[in-house]
Amino acid sequence: MPKSQVKPRKAPAASTPQVFAHHPSSLLSVADLSLNDVSSILKAASALESEDPLKRMKQLFKRRVSLLFYESSTRTRTSFELAAKQLGADTVLVSALSSSIEKGESLKDTGITLRALGAECIILRHPSSGAPYVLSRATGLPILNAGDGMHEHPSQALLDLRTILTHLRGARPAQVSETTLKGVTVTICGDIFHSRVARSNMLLLPRLGARVLLSGPLPLLPETAASTGPGIVIDRDFDNALKQSQIVMMLRIQAERLAGLNLDLDEYKQRYQANTERIAAYAPEALVMHPGPIIRGLEITSEVADGPQSAIADQVRHGVAIRMALLVRALSSKTSGRAASKGKRK
Amino acid sequence: MKPILIRGGRVVDPSSGLDADRDLLLRDCRVLAIDAPGKLNAAARQDSAEVLDAKGLIVAPGLVDIHVHLREPGQGYKETIASGTAAAAAGGFTTVCAMPNTVPVNDSPEITRWMQSPERNAQIRVFPIAAATRGSMGEALTEYGALKAAGAVAVTDDGKPILGDSIMRQTLQAAARAGLPVIQHAEDTRMTGGCSMNAGALAFRLGLRGMPVEAESSLVERDIRLLGELKDSRAHLHVAHLSTAKALEAVKRARRNGLHVTCEVAPHHFVLNEDAVAEYNTHAKMNPPLRSEADREAMLEGIIEGAVDSIATDHAPHAAHEKEQEFERAPNGITGLETALGLTMAVLHGKYKLPINRVIALLSTQPAAVLNLKGRGSLAAGSFADVVLFDPKKQWTFQASASRSKSKSTPFDGWTMLGSVAATISEGRIVYRA
Repeated sequence: MPKSQVKPRKAPAASTPQVFAHHPSSLLSVADLSLNDVSSILKAASALESEDPLKRMKQLFKRRVSLLFYESSTRTRTSFELAAKQLGADTVLVSALSSSIEKGESLKDTGITLRALGAECIILRHPSSGAPYVLSRATGLPILNAGDGMHEHPSQALLDLRTILTHLRGARPAQVSETTLKGVTVTICGDIFHSRVARSNMLLLPRLGARVLLSGPLPLLPETAASTGPGIVIDRDFDNALKQSQIVMMLRIQAERLAGLNLDLDEYKQRYQANTERIAAYAPEALVMHPGPIIRGLEITSEVADGPQSAIADQVRHGVAIRMALLVRALSSKTSGRAASKGKRK
Repeated sequence: MKPILIRGGRVVDPSSGLDADRDLLLRDCRVLAIDAPGKLNAAARQDSAEVLDAKGLIVAPGLVDIHVHLREPGQGYKETIASGTAAAAAGGFTTVCAMPNTVPVNDSPEITRWMQSPERNAQIRVFPIAAATRGSMGEALTEYGALKAAGAVAVTDDGKPILGDSIMRQTLQAAARAGLPVIQHAEDTRMTGGCSMNAGALAFRLGLRGMPVEAESSLVERDIRLLGELKDSRAHLHVAHLSTAKALEAVKRARRNGLHVTCEVAPHHFVLNEDAVAEYNTHAKMNPPLRSEADREAMLEGIIEGAVDSIATDHAPHAAHEKEQEFERAPNGITGLETALGLTMAVLHGKYKLPINRVIALLSTQPAAVLNLKGRGSLAAGSFADVVLFDPKKQWTFQASASRSKSKSTPFDGWTMLGSVAATISEGRIVYRA
């Protein structure tokens, strides 16, 4: 760390960790974004989406974007890649299984290598919470968090927001404020403990005025979840939560992160599955969302996933537009590009 | 070795209750005499003693750290006995007690002696703490009598808590017979698998699995129950790096019931709370983890009211590449030897107005008493010539990069400290001079 960043501080201060200045157009957590930032991203997403494809190719023509994926992914990886390609950028995919990561190369060294190869921005998917912070400290590049462990998935929350706003207003969203989602209740149901999508949405939606209800059994939804921020309430009675909600987000049970939890799946389905009967009885008007991948027949039935209230495919479509906006933001700020690739920051 | 006269300082020696201007004459590794200013001049001249001017300085018994990891044998890339004790000397310590989680584990008299051999080039006195069970596997006891004879001052499986009731009971019994304290790293690891920070709202927010306070307190309670059942008045349980209000309550209760239970608290647990791990700062990752603000306050309160016997650093150095990893992968532990006095002075003395004799008691006299280190933590005539001289008013900035430890991993880089060490004398040798 350069000396200039070591700020002497007065002891005793109870909690003053050293703070590294991440690249200003990185997106590590939705908490990094002001509501103005969110508005600009939504605006840019709409503008880019409707731009002439050939003109759009010039936005990031020949700029170099690396996708560094330590976990498997269909939607996020493909939509980031498509977004980059539609903007004219060159993309390189590095995945854990076919690279030197398998030989034990550290995240830091992988980042330094990608930067040396000319990467101007790295999109990172990683099983460890906080990994994008490590990569950011190692490279000084703009980093887009494409999902880190159980921490966050900020681009998913933004595309979810775009899906919600489009549904509620029927038009492409642009400016947002503290009251944009006033009066709107969103229920997030399922494996919230292991879900980075839930965390990003819980941190973003209440800032626009939404009320967020969390529903799920104790092992998947600890009581502390409600203290993540204001506007978040736990209601373990899913039916009751549904009755109050305009938006329902279903989450997959993440078997790969369960780590020894014993869960009675039959009981789970009985209480928390989004099925036709339940949705018809308690939320016949609500928009049903799911970040994917879905496990049909577990947290959601085929009838609901493919039904008229489902926004699952819309979410995926919105993902490309949002990710185009994030890439343009990451690569067009004055501090990005060449300067950053030499390791200079801020 | 040349005798040393320490002249003109304010001597603070909690072992005798002394807090006055005194001169101190050191000879043959021992404190020869302590007397009113000027009274020792003649004797010093006769001995042709080296004179240290201690004007404006506190002269105190050298600090004693009963919980450090010096990483030798086996992990010299993290720290060596030489580098760790050099850091200790710079921090005002003259005695450190080294934990046995080395490679191999210090579970034998041979390793215990190897650690104390002059070839290790220790700058100050190192007392090994031996493993309580073979390989710290929690199955078969080591030989406490032989380990004690080789120089071990306590037994522990630090880092690998002794979970089984039966083996812990045997440990307490055998250690009592050998006259050794049992130090427990109190963590019920059945509750902490995959965890990397304190449990609570912040852990949830960061997507990290959290260690509940009960993982600590339940094991402390269990150990106290076993100690109570033993009815051997010699049995002594020492709780390492206590970090939760709940465990501290259990220790206080046990003492009210007449049990021999002592405890230590690390500076980071009374200076920082869990917020320091924000942005996944691996330099704030240790075990036990930084806790909630309420627990931090309970540690402060426990220290101030006298319920805590000792401050101990849990100096746990790691190499840079190990700490530059993903938070969950990075090993637990930070350095502590060079920041303990500065933080304790800044917080306990500077902010909470704890008198300096209490600061010295917590960092020297009491830890020496906890592990029964005879002649340490005292400046009474006849004690070891272990002395620290420091300026209690001087503020200074700690620079991790300038640390004498091989490890630069600390959350206190750039912090302003209070109380600057001017000199450290270990058994009559000046081992550090500012």
